[in-house]
Amino acid sequence: MKLTTRDMARFVAQGYLMFPALVPAAVNEQYFEQVTEPGVPEVRAGTPLSRAYPPGSALHSLFALSDVRDVMESLVGPEPLVDHHFVHLTLGAPEREAFGIHAPLPSQHWHQDSTIDTRIAFDVQIMWFPHDVTAEMGGTRFLPGSHLRVVSEAAIGRYQNIRGQQHVVCPAGTLLFLHHGMWHGGGSNRSDRTRHMVKVRLNPTVRQVRLWDDSDLTPDDFVQQPIFWQRTTRADDDLATILCTAMPWHEADTHRLEFVNRIRLFRYLLGDDRFDADYWLTRLDM
Amino acid sequence: MRQKLLVLWLSDSALDAPVVAWSQWDGTGERTSMAGDESEPPYPSGLAALRDGWRLFQASPLLPHHPGTELQTSYLKYEFWFEQLVEVPPAVPAGTQ
Repeated sequence: MKLTTRDMARFVAQGYLMFPALVPAAVNEQYFEQVTEPGVPEVRAGTPLSRAYPPGSALHSLFALSDVRDVMESLVGPEPLVDHHFVHLTLGAPEREAFGIHAPLPSQHWHQDSTIDTRIAFDVQIMWFPHDVTAEMGGTRFLPGSHLRVVSEAAIGRYQNIRGQQHVVCPAGTLLFLHHGMWHGGGSNRSDRTRHMVKVRLNPTVRQVRLWDDSDLTPDDFVQQPIFWQRTTRADDDLATILCTAMPWHEADTHRLEFVNRIRLFRYLLGDDRFDADYWLTRLDM
Repeated sequence: MRQKLLVLWLSDSALDAPVVAWSQWDGTGERTSMAGDESEPPYPSGLAALRDGWRLFQASPLLPHHPGTELQTSYLKYEFWFEQLVEVPPAVPAGTQ
């Protein structure tokens, strides 16, 4: 099923959507059967997804899954371009020792991928975890809500720990769909098993307007509600609630700027500048 | 003498504001730290670090926003650097033992 408007608002607010065990075991196993021989195929940057992966390859099977296509198409449309893919391996103890490395490698510094990106359109990065990931295996670390911060790639490496950071611990076949701006880094693998994560970055080829199932969007979603002085608690799935919930690491002043930037992105995705949440943009537009 | 460094990012420019992010580097080599290795900060605020003996030596200035980028968010804003200076035994020159 395609994403709902609420799902999209969550992606806009937090920069990710995670789908535990979405990929069936047969496709995960196909990846492991092929990763060494014949290996994951090389793809020229900018190749349309439909021509990127040969039939019979694990990545072709991944993108043939209707559940995967529905999420992908909701975010970047039906025929995105493959920007790149990469197989991230974090060595477990036996492989590490074989290279003469006698202690777990440290975690990767925080970074955004690529470079400073000021577009409002976004790429998605799909992280595929083809086996169970335990806490000891150092699954990818990411910071929900960081994707709209305009920073320069690894310049954020100075930060070690940030309130609200999450570490992927998941069953085999989990997919993590990330906005390209998400702050993230690989963890330190303290286990005996090498950790695999396959990342695929996709560029949209269409304007990302209402690519999801927007049948849950109602006129009430465009109506302003009382703010600050509210006598009733708003529903968790109210769009304003989703878009105007701060992250634990937001500074006291910047969380409102984050709301403004989220609402701007959501307006872009709706293709409708009448939308606002908690009056943040209406006030500025006067 | 060796330097231990503690960097705290706070939720506003006051030193008693809550910690939102933190890093530590230990020049004595006693402790190693890395990205993502802790879920709770060593102190709840910058003031708590001061009271535990950390010396503040740098704080982010408050800068006006560049025109046109007032709504943009970027790096963590309220950065405070602390240090502790630690005596270490003198290094023994090679070949003297």
